[in-house]
Formats: sequence, structure tokens, C-alpha cells
Amino acid sequence: MTMPRRSAPIDPTGVAFAVALTLVIVFPLVVVGTWAFSNVWRYPAVIPQEFGLRYWNTTLARRDVWTSITTSLSLATTVTLLSSAICLPAAYAFARMDFPGRNVLFFSFLAGQAFPKFGLLVAIAGIFLNLGLIGTFWGVVLIQLVGTLLFMIWIPVAAFQAVSRRMEEAARDVGASPLRVFWSITLPQAGPTIAAAVLLSFVNTFYEIEGAWLIGAPAIRTLPVLMISFINNQPVIQYGAVLSVILWIPSFVALIFARRVIGSGSFARGFGA
Amino acid sequence: MAVLDIRDVTKSFGALNAVERFNLTVRDGELVCLLGPSGSGKSTLLRMIGGFETPTSGSIAIDGEDVTRTPPERRPTGMVFQSHALWTHMNVFRNLAFGLKLRRLPREEIRRRVEAALDQVGLAGYGERMTHQLSGGQQQRVALARSLVLEPKILLLDEPFASLDQHLRERLREEVRELQQRLGITTLFVTHGQDEALALADRIVVMRDGRTEQIGPPDDVYRKPETPFVAGFIGSMNMIEGMVSSGAFRHPSIEVPMPVGDGPALLAVRPEALEIVPVSGGNIAQVHRVTDFGAHGIVDVDLADGLRLKAMVPDARAWHAGQSVAPIPRAFALYRDGRAVHRST
Ligand SMILES: Nc1ncnc2c1ncn2[C@@H]1O[C@H](COP(=O)(O)OP(=O)(O)OP(=O)(O)O)[C@@H](O)[C@H]1O
Ligand SMILES: [Mg+2]
Repeated sequence: MTMPRRSAPIDPTGVAFAVALTLVIVFPLVVVGTWAFSNVWRYPAVIPQEFGLRYWNTTLARRDVWTSITTSLSLATTVTLLSSAICLPAAYAFARMDFPGRNVLFFSFLAGQAFPKFGLLVAIAGIFLNLGLIGTFWGVVLIQLVGTLLFMIWIPVAAFQAVSRRMEEAARDVGASPLRVFWSITLPQAGPTIAAAVLLSFVNTFYEIEGAWLIGAPAIRTLPVLMISFINNQPVIQYGAVLSVILWIPSFVALIFARRVIGSGSFARGFGA
Repeated sequence: MAVLDIRDVTKSFGALNAVERFNLTVRDGELVCLLGPSGSGKSTLLRMIGGFETPTSGSIAIDGEDVTRTPPERRPTGMVFQSHALWTHMNVFRNLAFGLKLRRLPREEIRRRVEAALDQVGLAGYGERMTHQLSGGQQQRVALARSLVLEPKILLLDEPFASLDQHLRERLREEVRELQQRLGITTLFVTHGQDEALALADRIVVMRDGRTEQIGPPDDVYRKPETPFVAGFIGSMNMIEGMVSSGAFRHPSIEVPMPVGDGPALLAVRPEALEIVPVSGGNIAQVHRVTDFGAHGIVDVDLADGLRLKAMVPDARAWHAGQSVAPIPRAFALYRDGRAVHRST
């Protein structure tokens, strides 16, 4: 079914909003993007004196850049998978079952985020030091996992709670076991929202710095951590800019994926539209 | 052949008994309506039969087999919910096919049975639609087909048409009745609309506060209500409190010969059984309002003590507000201590 298209009258507030958004979001992106692709750009020129891929070549020729890209990707993937495996069943339990301590446990996830994160991290780093987890891949996985708990529990809980009980009962009625109901009814119904949470978890982990730096250093260096050290130690802006552009990739992929999920109509269907 | 046996079933939620010591046997191919006001335990009872609630005590058996503690997926029951509860992420075909797939039927047979079921409810060719592309009535038809396609022994319907408009409701309930009789499927239908129950049921169970008030064919429930509650709940009814003394029911405005012992009593008269006659002057009763329904009229009559009665008249134009009248019960039932003690013949 296609919706009839109507041309909406131009809304001045909307235009103003769009312009403001463009300035705030797009402008810095353009500046960083330009830096990444300029070989020479000296003050006070508005446009770089020389465009080119020179710094891409030098950046991508470095071993530590490639190592950190691999590290970041495997970290984000591992953390997201682990977090899904732990949090989705837990979220379902919170949404559908009643057990002693349910509310206390539920709010403890929020409390973890309510206090200054760095202090918490330093305390955890102390514990990890004793456990020999400092500077290891799994140490960073653990610390980043904690960071994803909040929205990997809260968002799916809301999604599961929004699934109609009658729908689940109707599935039991036609012969589905509770597990089958979860797989065939509950999960697809909550699917689009949960996909958003998983995506958020991946991107957030990819960009996470404090935990990765505090626990991972010096052996484990993620892309953002590397970028910071580049910015701190290199007088050449282009290195940071190139890394920054590389860092946009997961965001773009996430955006495209989100668009597909939303645009395919499964999103709307999930909400019974 | 499917008989449903409910024995002494009680369901408590904390201190509240939603259903209390309920007994009912539904015969093979029978359609029984559960009728009662909101909160009387109809849904709770139906959900216990479907397996979604477990009775606190008592037992439920289908064809002699005890299913009291059987989970819903292993019961031969099919339930249609008030809010259709269709799976919105599946199209109509997949909604109907889901249960058949779980039974591991061959694909060809699934397709054949789904199409037959859709045809049955007048939705042939709608398989590819998504559920949100259907009207409310069509959605309920799909929900019905989803249950019927599995050929359940017992069909359970919980106010399936409550969210539809009057016309559609009437049409769908006739369709359900026709299907039910053609398939000979034992059916329990929950409603709080008495017209729905009267139109559909082989037998009606009137419920109140989780208990049975009366079980009987629609005719009996309408014409011979056993309790004042049933009398007042089914159809419209005039209830007149008075005293019986020396062979007559007495009220300041009404007197009816009554062969029962003396004492307080409640007289129940249907509007169609309450005749009114014009009187000149006097202070017995006065017409308050006349409503013309075309084929008949309803006259609201205020008695001297303020009680308002309804009388059905063949022609509303013969009456006007302020007119002095005398009400004469032509058919009635007399209740004492919550039970019928006398009925006019
Ligand atoms: N899960 C539950 N927990 C606690 N109380 C409940 C529960 N389900 C039902 N009740 C109570 O049991 C009583 C009967 O409810 P039920 O839903 O069976 O009524 P009903 O006759 O179907 O009413 P309606 O016509 O409004 O649907 C009500 O007082 C209700 O509040
Ligand atoms: Mg109900």
C-alpha cells in the first residue's frame, strides 16, 4: 500500500530548526572532514591550500592504528553480544515476572549511572588490579559491559512490557510453549525497540573512552584512546581528523541500519500501526 | 463429541473470590452464555477453562479428562479474546497457520485448511493482508478463524464483539451462531449484554459476584427469573416493594391478590405486563413522560410514593404527561428473601 503524498506548506519554525541543527551538527563535521582531507591548511586561509590523501596514507600505514581498529571492533562486538545474552533474558524477567527484590535490583541499574562514573571506575580498577585484569581484553570487556547494562535493561524492559499479554496468551492457546511464545511473538513484537538498544550498545561501546583507557592501558588501545593520544602528542591536526573520520563509520552504519529497520515497516508493525 | 464439566470451581485473588463454588456441565454442541455485570467473574471462569488461570479448588474436565492443571497449549480449547489479540507482525495467513505449523502439518494441508477457515468467516482472499489493514469486524473474524482452524473441542469467546458497533455486533453474533451450529462445536460465550445472551444461547448462566444466580434456557431466564437480581438484570423490570396481608400484595398505589403468607415482599412486573388505565382525578399515579418508539411506546409512571414504573403501550399517542392513571400488573412474580415465591399464570 502506498500512502498518497501531499505537499505540506513550508513551516518557518521548521526551517529555522533545520538551519540551527545544520549549523550545530553539520558545521563541525564539515570542518573535521576538511582537515582530514587537506595536505596543507595554514591560517588565515578559509579553504585549504592543498587537498589530498597524504595523511590518510601515513595514518593508515601505522600498525597501531590497525591494531586499535581491530581491538575496538572486537571489543564492541564482544560486549554487545555478551550484554544481549545477559540483559535480554533479564529484561524479560523484569517485565513479566514478579520475584522478591525485583524493584531494588531494577533501580540498582539506574543507581550505577547516577554517581560520577570516574570515581566508580577508579574503585573498580583497584579491584581489577588485584584480579590481574588490568591491561587485558576481558578486563575492558567487563568494564564496558557494566556501561551497557542501563539501557540494555531499561529499554528492553519497556519494550517487553508493551507487548500485549493477550497476544502471548493467544499463542499459548494455539499450542505454543512458553519458549516458543517468547521466540515467535514477544521478541518480534519488541524487536525494533530492542534492535535500537543493541545498536546503541554497540556504538556506545565503540566510543567509550574512560573505562577502556583506565583498565586497558597500556596493552589495550582502542581507536578513541589512540585518537586522544594523537591529539595530545602530535602537533599535526590531520592525524586526529583522519581518525575521527574513521570513527564516524560505525555511526553511519548504525544510522543506515536504523533507517532500514524503521523504513521497512516492521517498526510500525511492531507498534501495531 | 465434547462435554465440558466444571465441578465446584473456586478462584480466589487474595481475599476476593472471583469465582465461587461454580458448577456447570456444557453438553455436546451446546452454546452456553455466561451473563453477568462487570466483575462477576465471567472472564476469570473462561480463563480457567482455557488454562490461563488455575482454580484455587475444584476441577475442570473435557470429555471426562481432567484438565484442571493442564497448560493452555495442551488443552483442546480455542479462545477468542475481546481485543482480537491478533499477532500484528504476521499477516492474516500466518496468523492462522501458526498453530497448524506447531502441529507439524504438511505445507499443502496448512494452506488448504487456512483457506477453508478464511472462507468460513467470509474472508477468502484476505490471507496476504496485515492485520492493521482490516476493519474491527474483520479482525474479530480472523481471530475466530484462527481458533476454528485448529478444530478445538471447546470454543471460548470472551465478549468478542464488545468493541464493535451495534449493527456489526448483531451480524457477527448471527454468523457465530450459524457457524457454531453447523460445526456442532461446544461453545461458551461471555457477554454482559442480555440481548446478546437471549439471541444466542441454548442456555444462559447468570452470574453475580462469582456465583451462579440462575442457569436455564433464555425463555426461562427471561420469563421465570428465580431471583430479583436476575429479574432486574435481564430485560427491563419494575420492582415494587410492599407487604402481603390477608391474601393480597399491597402498596399505596397497587393491590394484587396473592395466595402467599403475610409479610414483606417484592413484586416484579415487566413493562409489557404492566397495563395502565386512565382515571379521572385521584392520586394513585401520574404519567411523567411518554417515549414513542414507533411500533410501541414506553410510558413512565410516577406512583404516589415517588416510585417510577415503566409501562409498554401499543400506541404512545394515546398518552400524555400529567395524566392520572392506575397501573394494573397483568403478569408478575413475587419474591421474598431473594427467591421467587409466587408467579402469575
Ligand atoms: N489477576 C487478577 N488479580 C486480582 N484480581 C483479579 C484478577 N483478575 C480478576 N480479578 C478480580 O476478579 C473479579 C472478577 O473479574 P472478571 O474479569 O472475571 O470479571 P468479568 O465478569 O469478566 O467482568 P467484565 O464484564 O468487566 O469483563 C473482579 O473483581 C476482578 O477485579
Ligand atoms: Mg471480562
